[in-house]
Amino acid sequence: MGRKAIIRVKDLRAGYGKDIILDHVSFNVYEGEVFVILGGSGCGKSTLLKAMIGLIEPRAGKITIDGDEICVDDDATLQKILRKVGVLYQGAALFGSMTIAENVALPIREYTSLPKESVDALVRMKLGLVNLKGYENHLPSELSGGMKKRAGLARAMALNPKILFFDEPSAGLDPVTSVELDDLILYLNRSLGTTMVIVTHELQSIFAVAQRIIMLDRRAKGIIAEGNPKYLRKHSQNQFVKQFFNRQAEVKGVAGKGPQ
Amino acid sequence: MNASETPSPSRYKISKNPEGGTTLHIHGNMDAANAGQMIDELTALLSDYSLSSLTVDLEKVDYLDDFGTLVLAHLRKMVTNGGNGFYVINSSDKIKELLSILHFDSLDEKMSIEKKRSSGIFIRIGEATLQQISDLKYAISFIGSIILSLVHICLHPRSLRTDDTIRYMQRVGVDGLPIVALISFLMGLIMAFMSSVQLEQFGANIYVASLVSLSMTRELGPIMTAIIVAGRSGSAFAAEIGTMKISEEVDALFTMGFNPVMFLVVPKLVAAAFMVPILTLFSDLFAIMGGLLVGVFMLDLTAGAYMAQTIKTLELFDVFWGVLKGGIFGVLITWIGCFRGFQVRGGAASVGQATTSAVVSSIFLIILCDSMFSVILRYWG
Ligand SMILES: Nc1ncnc2c1ncn2[C@@H]1O[C@H](COP(=O)(O)OP(=O)(O)O)[C@@H](O)[C@H]1O
Ligand SMILES: [Mg+2]
Repeated sequence: MGRKAIIRVKDLRAGYGKDIILDHVSFNVYEGEVFVILGGSGCGKSTLLKAMIGLIEPRAGKITIDGDEICVDDDATLQKILRKVGVLYQGAALFGSMTIAENVALPIREYTSLPKESVDALVRMKLGLVNLKGYENHLPSELSGGMKKRAGLARAMALNPKILFFDEPSAGLDPVTSVELDDLILYLNRSLGTTMVIVTHELQSIFAVAQRIIMLDRRAKGIIAEGNPKYLRKHSQNQFVKQFFNRQAEVKGVAGKGPQ
Repeated sequence: MNASETPSPSRYKISKNPEGGTTLHIHGNMDAANAGQMIDELTALLSDYSLSSLTVDLEKVDYLDDFGTLVLAHLRKMVTNGGNGFYVINSSDKIKELLSILHFDSLDEKMSIEKKRSSGIFIRIGEATLQQISDLKYAISFIGSIILSLVHICLHPRSLRTDDTIRYMQRVGVDGLPIVALISFLMGLIMAFMSSVQLEQFGANIYVASLVSLSMTRELGPIMTAIIVAGRSGSAFAAEIGTMKISEEVDALFTMGFNPVMFLVVPKLVAAAFMVPILTLFSDLFAIMGGLLVGVFMLDLTAGAYMAQTIKTLELFDVFWGVLKGGIFGVLITWIGCFRGFQVRGGAASVGQATTSAVVSSIFLIILCDSMFSVILRYWG
């Protein structure tokens, strides 16, 4: 492909303690694409995401982001990389002692020299984008789960990072908000060229936003399918992929053999 | 459009229109990295012009995001007759879409975010008072539910969560023993040393043993132990329950049909009520050993004489009284720690406050109770 790979993961091995969760995982994410990571729960999606943002150290293999290799011990490079990424955590991870506006303003104040009222205007714009106008002065504990997610997204995209990582963005959102979030993801992707790496289970949202997916599996400890979701739905031979896209429960007997 | 061009930082070009307006040509990106700088530069650059109207030419701008939008909004504010004389021209479709999604036209109506206005002093005093009253009510009802749970446990001893209780016994008692022992030993040492300076003058060295043993068993042993336990375990109880509270674990217990007090408080209470007395005994013991060390090595007493004097001074009642106080302090510490934990609302900061206040209130209550005991003993004993 002629496009530039902005994230390269090569032969990654990651795990906790004695357990190896992922092994020999290699893939690329290209600049400007919406890339989705799928898989059953507990298969290591969050682990993969954490490895990609330098929160856990790979056991083997290497990960490069925009040309720089992630190395947990090299603080300077890591900081440089982290300036280019924004992360929406599974539980939003808003700071409980700050209002929503302060949460979003925090990175903007830290990394830009904008005057106070411009920061405020920017925060309003960001919150407007995620449909949270009027909640500037609320504390995170005063918001519902879905609203926290959206506020977390506003904070993640505060500095318009090149790459946005989402850990299960639509979990806890109602279908309408979830579609709005998809639209927002597509819009950010189109207008700002942000590369999106999303962990999700929502079939609808996968078909709506994903240009390319990888599917992880617990038993295979790695990728069992890669490609365009619509194509995979029609043509994949893999039992688990078929089940996933057709929303079938695991058939007994097939489960034992596992994905090929 | 090209009447007079002013040299400026390479990013900008300014030209005067024949009709009197000003046109600003911008080159390059308008994004998060340089928006702040752009605002400063443009403010300085355009301050020399009287801007009755300003046209911004975005033909050479490849990339504009919401930070760039802010720069535009800032420029619009600089135009003297409001938004009327402000135009953006030659913007690409992408930029147009962005400006419309961000509602650029109505952007600076109300730019700054006002903090919630804090209410007047009287309202705040009133609110604080009401808060205190409801806290007090809650504290009392909390005691009530603890007592009910304890009664329930007495009637159905098997409903006590034994594993948890034993775990807390270990945390409060066994894990706390080294620090209690060390501090008590040093206290005994210091007390013996300080008192010997005075008593030596009267040749009353042997009374060092009486002083150390009596004051430690009756007063200082239980108090020191209780303060250490408040710092180690009271704070831990508050933090644990507080964290469970904000992550809705307490709600989960409740909806699963568990009584949170029974589940979370009673094991801690039982553990503390048993372990603090035992720690108190150890504290007495180590303090006497500290005194003994001073007596033998500095005051030329024999170990036998020192111990004999100690035994002569102490009555069983003194030891019993100290241990009893220890038990009561243990209950007090658990009650306050758990109570503060259950009061946590909101986020992580609230857990921190609860922990602090658990320790501070425990220590205060320990001293207060101890004074009350002294008075009671004085008039009854
Ligand atoms: N901090 C941790 N310590 C040990 N094991 C963990 C930790 N986090 C996750 N795991 C294990 O790693 C596996 C993958 O977890 P995770 O990446 O969170 O899965 P998911 O795909 O659902 O996000 C699970 O089996 C989980 O038990
Ligand atoms: Mg996960």
